[in-house]
Amino acid sequence: MSDPTNPTTPTPALDLEQVRTELASARGRHYWRSLDELANRPGFDALMAREFPRQAPGLLDAVDRRQFMQLMGASLALAGLSACTRQPAETIMPYVKAPEDIIPGRPLYFATAMPIGGIGTGLLVESHMGRPTKIEGNPDHPSSLGATDAFAQASVLGLYDPDRSQVISSAGEIRPWSAFTAALDQALAAQTASGGAGLRILTDNITSPTLAGQIAALLTKYPNSHWHQWDPIARDSARLGARMALGVDADVRYRFVDADVVVALDADFLGSGPAQVRNLRDFSVRRKPGGSMNRLYAVESSPTVTGARADHRMAVKASAVEFFAWALAGQLGVAPQKPKNVPPEYAKWIAALAKDLMAHRGRSIVVPGDHQSPGVHALAHALNIALGNVGKTVICTEPVAAQPVYSMASLKELVAAMAAGQVDVLLMLGTNPVATAPADLDFAARLEKVGFRAHLGLYDDETAQLCHWHIPEAHYLESWGDVRSEEGTISIIQPLIAPLYDGKSVLEVMAAANGRPQSGYDLVRAFWGDKRKAAGDFDRWWRTTLHDGLIPDTALAPKAIGVRSNWIDTIIQNHDGKQDDTEGLELVYRLDSGVLDGRFANNGWLQEAPRPITKLTWDNAALISPATARRLKLQNEDVVELTHRGRKLEVPVWIVPGNADDSITLALGYGRKRAGRVGDGVGVDANLIRTSDAAWIAAGVTLAKTPRTYPLATTQEHHSMEGRHLVREATLAEYTHEPAFARELVEEPAKDMTMYPPHPYEGAAWGMTIDLASCVGCNACVIACNAENNIPVVGKEQVAAGREMQWIRIDRYFEGEETNPTIVHQPVPCMQCENAPCEVVCPVNATVHSSEGLNDMVYNRCVGTKYCSNNCPYKVRRFNFFKYQDWTTESLKLARNPDVTVRSYGVMEKCTYCVQRISQARIVSRREDRDVRDGEVVTACAQACPAGSIVFGDLNDPESRVAKTKADARNYSLLGDLNTRPRTTYLASVRNPNPELES
Amino acid sequence: MSIFGALFVVGVAGYGLNLINRSSYVTQANVAIEQPVPFSHRHHAGELGIDCRYCHTSVEIGANAGVPPTQTCMNCHRQIWLDSPTLEPVRASYRTDVSIPWVKVHDLPDFVYFNHSIHVAKGVGCETCHGRVDHMNLTWQQNSLQMEWCFDCHRNPERYVRPKSEVFTMGWQPAGDQLEIGRELVKANDVHPKTDCDTCHR
Repeated sequence: MSDPTNPTTPTPALDLEQVRTELASARGRHYWRSLDELANRPGFDALMAREFPRQAPGLLDAVDRRQFMQLMGASLALAGLSACTRQPAETIMPYVKAPEDIIPGRPLYFATAMPIGGIGTGLLVESHMGRPTKIEGNPDHPSSLGATDAFAQASVLGLYDPDRSQVISSAGEIRPWSAFTAALDQALAAQTASGGAGLRILTDNITSPTLAGQIAALLTKYPNSHWHQWDPIARDSARLGARMALGVDADVRYRFVDADVVVALDADFLGSGPAQVRNLRDFSVRRKPGGSMNRLYAVESSPTVTGARADHRMAVKASAVEFFAWALAGQLGVAPQKPKNVPPEYAKWIAALAKDLMAHRGRSIVVPGDHQSPGVHALAHALNIALGNVGKTVICTEPVAAQPVYSMASLKELVAAMAAGQVDVLLMLGTNPVATAPADLDFAARLEKVGFRAHLGLYDDETAQLCHWHIPEAHYLESWGDVRSEEGTISIIQPLIAPLYDGKSVLEVMAAANGRPQSGYDLVRAFWGDKRKAAGDFDRWWRTTLHDGLIPDTALAPKAIGVRSNWIDTIIQNHDGKQDDTEGLELVYRLDSGVLDGRFANNGWLQEAPRPITKLTWDNAALISPATARRLKLQNEDVVELTHRGRKLEVPVWIVPGNADDSITLALGYGRKRAGRVGDGVGVDANLIRTSDAAWIAAGVTLAKTPRTYPLATTQEHHSMEGRHLVREATLAEYTHEPAFARELVEEPAKDMTMYPPHPYEGAAWGMTIDLASCVGCNACVIACNAENNIPVVGKEQVAAGREMQWIRIDRYFEGEETNPTIVHQPVPCMQCENAPCEVVCPVNATVHSSEGLNDMVYNRCVGTKYCSNNCPYKVRRFNFFKYQDWTTESLKLARNPDVTVRSYGVMEKCTYCVQRISQARIVSRREDRDVRDGEVVTACAQACPAGSIVFGDLNDPESRVAKTKADARNYSLLGDLNTRPRTTYLASVRNPNPELES
Repeated sequence: MSIFGALFVVGVAGYGLNLINRSSYVTQANVAIEQPVPFSHRHHAGELGIDCRYCHTSVEIGANAGVPPTQTCMNCHRQIWLDSPTLEPVRASYRTDVSIPWVKVHDLPDFVYFNHSIHVAKGVGCETCHGRVDHMNLTWQQNSLQMEWCFDCHRNPERYVRPKSEVFTMGWQPAGDQLEIGRELVKANDVHPKTDCDTCHR
């Protein structure tokens, strides 16, 4: 409303903030009066128009509201009639000659193993009519004991990825395999004279005995050729550290089951690494407060799931961890003296830690972080030896790799040879160095000098683009091979489906290079036939091994080790000082928990799974501490420019409470250019700024603000529990004093406080407990649920709008001060409430209570009112706002689980306690006239969890595991005071702090 | 139009739509479906007396009863009716390794998950749902297969169950009163069909 006295004067602008502050203090009548006055004030109308535009863009159609209602009314009426049509006719296409074992609708399970970075995990894969649809761990395999990590669960989507390369191509043309072998033979023939001086092979880390044999054969034929390995997982420090401390090559295994005290020196052993699944399982066994509970100390630069689980955590810059290790070694008398200038907060910690370690000699473990300096690894060896852990909780073995090398040095050798023009033929098998090598190596430019370049890969990626030949790689689910797991057990990899796109495995390409192309099956069988010639009855052995999924007694034997005489000097000599600059900013590179080194960038499930600590999806960010952010005046999503040795990189910032000050963490594997439609352009490529000599920790980094911001999609912006007792935690002492502490915190209503008649659960009564003492938030359950239930990927924008579709989410809360908060994780699936608030408000009865206690979701009745989601206090219901599912891509149709509906738009969905598995088990048991046995039904999340946190079963069976966990004193229900009576309850978390350290 | 008139029109419209919805146009009940090969159940199951399970092999162990592979047809028809032109599509399928595209007669909507094995195990005869297939030259769907029809049995199984040994018999009649015998069988065979939504809709 303009000034009536003078229509031409511009109205004074009102500010919404101003309005808010004015109204904030007004109460009651004064409030309403102020609103009145406000309404009459000049400029108010203008403010209202600005804040609540009557004509928002998008509604500026010619159609006005009345017309809109008329049109919608008419179409609604007409829509009703569409239900009166009949189904279109469908055809049945039976087999022509039915395969023997396949019964349509009944899945088969096959044992195989998944290699990542050359290390295998034993798996059982569910196959529906010849298509693998779900991955489970192999219960008999020591590397998994039936559990899996997020990468294994998501790998089935990688098999059916429509962006996988499908044809052999050369110079932009599709060529047959025979053309490649001919060209390869020709190129190799030219090398015979020089004994292969110009021949190089580049692979991933290799443990496969068959492949090692193939490569050895090639190296014998061409004695001057070289085999390089580029391993994504940082093992160079471990290798050098072992050499420095022990004088020999050794790989290390840990027995967390036997450890009372564990010290993680920037080691995320619970969240990452090839041994993660087994480590998490073993560690969790000792995490039950009833038995003898272990204690975990963690020192790290950026919060990880290991640090979140720790009883004591200290945020320390990555470059200062070696100093910390020296201080600890000095305290324990392992090093001759303590370093000078140990800060007082370290000193107290280290004193208590050392005392604890000494009190548990032979039952403790010092774990060095993979990407830490070799000095940290050497010190860890020395500490473990001094503490008497070796042979008990720390087992050293021969390296599991077929040919252990220093990976970065190996790559650098190759690059130097290429630069010098010495390489004529280069075969890059199953690796993508152009995208994953550090910038200073300038791999792409050097590659141009090689005369004959061939690449074998799953995708037509950055490396393939620069090669003369690209051959599509067969996914592990399509190929024959063998692999060792972390502790050495050999598994034979058997395919579950014929190669979708005529892909070739590394074995097959190597055989072609050796001049005798054979199928992977023949190669593996021939190799093992040869090895087992003496034992006889090979066919029986072969079938047994394929059935079991492992070759027994092939784990690497423990090796006796001891520190070499001048180990301290070796460490000091090897210390290159580049990381000593503990002043100033450091940049820490980590492998991402979703895309690893970038190889999974095109996997939508992994991109969309929120990272355990930051809950970010679809992007990487520079993680900094709140104090550093304040000092540099940065907020979330501000884009900064990082400079290191002249190379620059722009990256958005994300503030993480608990990050070490002046330490920036950046995940590798993003900013891909040729990953596929899902992965291209997602995030920022850390390799653009990374150098080979500071590949994991870089000092001397400068940061400059830019005026830009970049939106980041996180699934949880809110960190606080707001005083509600969502995650309940106590110390071991408090638990021992009052075991039922969790239930004491909140009063739950009486059982009879409901107007509805009680349901009689006469048959089975399904329930679940989730043990928060062992859950670390690793996302295995999230991806497992995605795979089992055909959950769609929605993309970054929709995640930012809060519309991610995962049926189980992991909430993460920070508690305490922001410099070093306690971090807790809580997986939240549908609570399957007995008194469900969602069931009573559905206008079309699409969500009802079953006689076994499940909250059923009937997609065909749902009209999309979303009232149920509105009423759900846990907000576990997910709505299909759009047609998120891909209905057209043929290969993705193969990936789906046929036992679960694929939902279209407009329907609500949520966790169903894997009702398809319950149904199947019930039908089988009723056919056999018996009850469902405990353990016969396992939900996907429970089956995947490496920590064994999730227990599912029949509450009406007093002998079931879940009945026992429900009876545990730590059992409590989430928001139980709302009288929802959830069937999914939690076991409160217990930490075991050292009484000498305050917190 | 008066209120009375409006109500009358709405009522008639509703009744008409209901009739349409239950008609064989919508449900495809009693409509003999044309198939690529005019397979006669009347001849094979009726006159020759071949058991249902010879072809529909997974009915006792799986959700789908299964339509036999071409191999099953050729088991006999490589020896009899070798040159019949009617059977040419079968022979062509066997030669070229291309499936015979049968048209689905009992087509439940995709949002229904039905399991044959539990029904067969609990004494629901083939002919209870599928009718006298041994009398059908071309196969048709005997019943509407609408949810209301399924509930008729699920709420009152004693009306329809038969001894387990008679499940695959065509033309079985209960020795006495179906309801009496049914109640006995329900008790003896522990028949208590679920009426929860998640039984079929997941």
